[in-house]
Parts: sequence; C-alpha cells; structure tokens
Amino acid sequence: MAEQVAFKRTSVLTDDYFHYCPGCTHGVAHRLVAEVIEEMGIQDRTIGVSPVGCSVLAYNYLDVDFVEAAHGRAPAVATGIRRTLPEDRYVFTYQGDGDLASIGMAEIIHAANRGEKITVIFINNAIYGMTGGQMAPTTLPGMRTTTSPNGRDTGLCGHPIRMCELLDTLVEPKFIARGSLSSPKLILKAKKLLRQAFDLQHSGFTFVELLSTCPTGWGLTPDNSLAWLERNMVPFFPMEVFREPGKMPPQATPYHPDLKVRDDAPKAEKKTEEG
Amino acid sequence: MAQRRMLMKGTEAIAEAAIRAGCHHFFGYPITPQNEIPEYMSRRLPQVGGVYLQAESEVAAINMLCGAGAAGVRVMTSSSSPGVALMSEGASYMVGGELPAVIVNIMRGGPGLGDIQPSQGDYDQMTRGFGHGDKHFIVLAPSTVQEAVDMMALAFDLADEYRNPCVVLGDGLIGQMMEPVTFPEPSERTFDRSWAATGKKPGQRRNILRSLFLDPEVLEKHVEKLFEKFKVMELKEQRYEAWMMDDAPPVVISAYGTTARIAKSAIRELRAEGHRVGLFRPISAWPFPVDGLATYVEQTRLFLGIEMSMGQMVEDVRRVVAGRRPVQFWGRTGGMVPTVEEIVAQVKERSAALGQ
Ligand code: SF4
Repeated sequence: MAEQVAFKRTSVLTDDYFHYCPGCTHGVAHRLVAEVIEEMGIQDRTIGVSPVGCSVLAYNYLDVDFVEAAHGRAPAVATGIRRTLPEDRYVFTYQGDGDLASIGMAEIIHAANRGEKITVIFINNAIYGMTGGQMAPTTLPGMRTTTSPNGRDTGLCGHPIRMCELLDTLVEPKFIARGSLSSPKLILKAKKLLRQAFDLQHSGFTFVELLSTCPTGWGLTPDNSLAWLERNMVPFFPMEVFREPGKMPPQATPYHPDLKVRDDAPKAEKKTEEG
Repeated sequence: MAQRRMLMKGTEAIAEAAIRAGCHHFFGYPITPQNEIPEYMSRRLPQVGGVYLQAESEVAAINMLCGAGAAGVRVMTSSSSPGVALMSEGASYMVGGELPAVIVNIMRGGPGLGDIQPSQGDYDQMTRGFGHGDKHFIVLAPSTVQEAVDMMALAFDLADEYRNPCVVLGDGLIGQMMEPVTFPEPSERTFDRSWAATGKKPGQRRNILRSLFLDPEVLEKHVEKLFEKFKVMELKEQRYEAWMMDDAPPVVISAYGTTARIAKSAIRELRAEGHRVGLFRPISAWPFPVDGLATYVEQTRLFLGIEMSMGQMVEDVRRVVAGRRPVQFWGRTGGMVPTVEEIVAQVKERSAALGQ
C-alpha cells in the first residue's frame, strides 16, 4: 500500500534548528512564509530582509538570499533592493514590533507611502524579546515588562500603536491585514493572508501583521501565552483585512489636484497696504 | 576619441561623472550645500533608465544604498556634514556586510547646524569617526572640479574592488565652482558580482549579506579579513600631490581640497618674493599618504597645516613627522575661507621666526 504523505517539511526551510524559545510563534511564522514561497515556486527569485531582534537570524532558517538590516531599517534596505532588481523578484521584510513600530517607524511609513512593491511581515508580540522583555510600542496598557515594572502607564507612555490602522490612512498600500498565530485555525488563516500579500506584492505595498507570543518575555507557559494573546491582544488589535483589492477605503482614493488652475487664474491684485 | 570640454558647476559635474561611471541608482535627502547633485540626478537618471529616489531621511537613504549595494549595482548618495553624520550607522553596516557604494560629502560648517558655508570640519568624521566598530573607508578629497570628476569613476572602482563604501570628500567651494571639465572614458574594469543577493540560483549556495557574527571568534576572523583589505588599501591607495617640492623648500604647507588650491596661489606669491615654500596635498585622506609625506620630513624645517577647520588633518601630519620637525597649524572655520593674503602673512611670520 502506498504511503500517504500527511505532513512534509517545506524545502524553503533549512535544516537548522530554530533558536527560538519553546512556545514562541516565530517558528510558526517562519514556516508559513517558507510554505508560501515554496507553493508560489519563487525561492530563486525571493530576497528576504532580516531585522534586529529575535528574528535577526531568520536567514538561518529561510533558504533564500538575505540581506541583514540595521534596527528598524529593513523597509529602506528592501526599497534599495526592490528599486534595483528585475521586477519578477519578490522582496520581503520580517520585523518585530520594536524594530518596526518604534525605531523603524519612519522607514515603514514612508516605504508604505511610496507604495514600495514589497511584503512586510510584522510580528507583534507586544514586547522586546531579544533584549530581555522591555516595553515595546505595542505593549498593552498596564502590561508589566522589565522597563514598565508597574505596568505600562498610558499617562506616561501613551497607548500601544496599531500599525495596520495607521498604515491604512495612506493611499498607496494594496494589502493590509492582521492575523494571529494563536490557534491552528488562525494559523491557517494567517497563511492565507501571507499568500495574498505575496500574490499582490508586484502591484504595491503589502503588509501582514501577525499577533505572536513571547512566553519568555511575558513570563507565561506556552499554553497560557496563547490564551493570554487571545484574551488581551485581540480586543485591542482586531484581526481584520483592512485593505485588499475590492476593499479600498475612501482614504485610499488617489487625489488629483488641478494644479493648472493657479497658472490660469487671473493674477491677484498686488496688495498696496498690509492687511 | 577626443573628449569635449564642458563648463559645469562642481555639484553637477560630480553627478554627471557618477552616471558616466555606471551609477544609475541614487538615494538621498536634501541638504544645503549639495542639493544640485540630487536635483541633477532626478532630471538625468530617468533619461538613462536609472532610479532617483528621495528618501525620508539620511538614515533611510544610506540603508537604501545598503539594499542596492547588496543587490549588486553601482549606487551613490550625496549629503553634507550633519546629514552624513546620520549615515554613519548604515555606513558601518555596509563595511561589515562588504557592500560597495559611493558617499559624497560636501562639507559645511559645524558643530551642530553650524552654517551652510564651505568647511573642512569633517576630516575626522570621515577618516576616524564615520560609524561604529573597527572599520575604514577610502576617502578621496578633490581639489578642483576636474579632479572631482575623475575621482567619481575611481571611487566606484575602489568601492567595487574592495567591496567597501568609498567616500568623496569635498567642500562647498568645489560644489559651487564652475570650471571646464572633461569626462574620462568609462573604465573597462569589470567586477565579480556573484556575491550579490539577487535570488538564489538553483543548485548554488545562496548569498547572505550581513554584519552579525554572534560567535566572538567568528567575528574576530571577519574583522581580521576586513583589515587585510584595509592593509592592502594602505599599501596601494595612498594618493598625494607634492607641489613645488623639488628644491627641498624649508617650509611645507600641508593642505587638502579647496584650501590646497588657495595655498598654491599663496605659494606662487611667496616664491615670487623669494620665499621657498612647498605644498604637500593629500588626495586620499584615508589612507593618509604616510609614505609620501615621510620622504619630505628630513629636508623640511617647518610644516604648516592649513585647513578650513580648527586642525584635523594636521594630526595625521604630526603622526608622520613624529616630533622630528615642528608642525604648526593655522585655520579658519566654516565659511571663513582662508585668503591668499592671510596664508602669505602666516608663512612669512613663521619663516621669520625660523630665522629664514
Ligand atoms: S524572547 Fe520571546 S520572541 Fe524571542 S524567541 Fe523567546 S519567546 Fe520568541
């Protein structure tokens, strides 16, 4: 009887063991990205840009060409690659919340605003993992971290930043969605979002935020982390497709001012007196 | 083929020379006094099928260079002192990741916002303090618009040869000056690009361009490998001009860039009055032309450093002279361009003190 293959490792993941902590969903996200690249048959045309943070070593696991970026600068590095290589290439960045939403805020906003044809994968676990659990721009109100020992004080540090909603105010992005890696069902959905983003990449800027766990930084078991994410993060970071073809919000409508008017208009009379 | 001479402004000549050297990608952020470079690029690059992109900041611009350099094309940016300071992070990553690019710094006055006038206050920034970690950049300092034009092609070749960013260090005077220039024939050299991140070729090793080496032993090996390159640069890439030095003048002015040009006029006047004075002009600020300067130490009685700064390159002169001869300094800061008369007076006063 022929064996049935129920589960196969994707060829786009290397043989390296993940260095991530037990229960960390970075590994899941890597696998999803690898599967999408494999299914699209674009391994030889994909260039990844890795961030600074826990996933700085993403290139050890994803078997494609990689460029390492400075902290927060991945969208700028990806811009340089995108504007250089032939159009058939796929360029993606993989960034955490400290990298993307704090130090790299300018780079992500402007890459999105220029409509760079890249896919940005944003791993939001509401904390700085690699540096040891400090407060992130996405840390929830009241949430304890090593630099908010009494819980995030919104009077002092403001509220967490919702990146999808922020980017959704721009005209150019073609795909903006938030998913989660907290259950098998949501993981399948997250993969669909990633696939959609890669499929749409050559039409413009695409962005997928994935709510993710950091059991080490949160001080929770892997199981409790998943429950904690769904109970606390999902209400503030709603899982939605904010933008996709056929779902362009009014703010995504291009603006075409009639710049000629100024030239044609009769010259305003020169004021003789200061008004 | 005979080359046509064209009258061009320094900044635009630099931009055109870069394009002719095969640089079709430019990323930058506006800052005075070098805006004609990005403006020229934004007009010209689309005509040659290239890419001009205005970045959101100098920080982003240098990282776009990082991406384009990693993808294996000739790429450049230009900026001025405070803007270049913002690029130091990315520049260090590019050295670590061995990514070629050309960075033009048209210096202005500092510290801080300083002023927008010509200055040479960034010698230390470019030869010492440009980015963190153990690293070097070849720094070329043109003295005329023609030299700047010739240097652009050289800068791209050096960047590619060593897989390291290369700096062209000018001042606002060179940038704004109009001079007749001839563009050199494009270089015939070709460079291996098999290391670039362009998509993993089937059956081949993939390319990862990075500067992170968590294992300290591996990092040390990497830095040692970089320093083997820097050693070769120090051997092969020292460039200088020794001007009016054949009669072993007792007084030697050390100056670079526009200041050296003004010093030449002063030396002509001084010589007309019978004062024997020479000029040592580093063309590569890094590697500093140590070997060239060393040959003149014995025959010289006094070195006088002149810069549009409070004295930065003069420290390199002192390093080479190593106490064997007096090394004095006179300089003006951002925008206070030294005049021929001032230099003549300075030299006369100091030679008199020598008993000349
Ligand atoms: S610190 Fe957090 S994000 Fe980093 S690997 Fe560990 S669990 Fe994952």
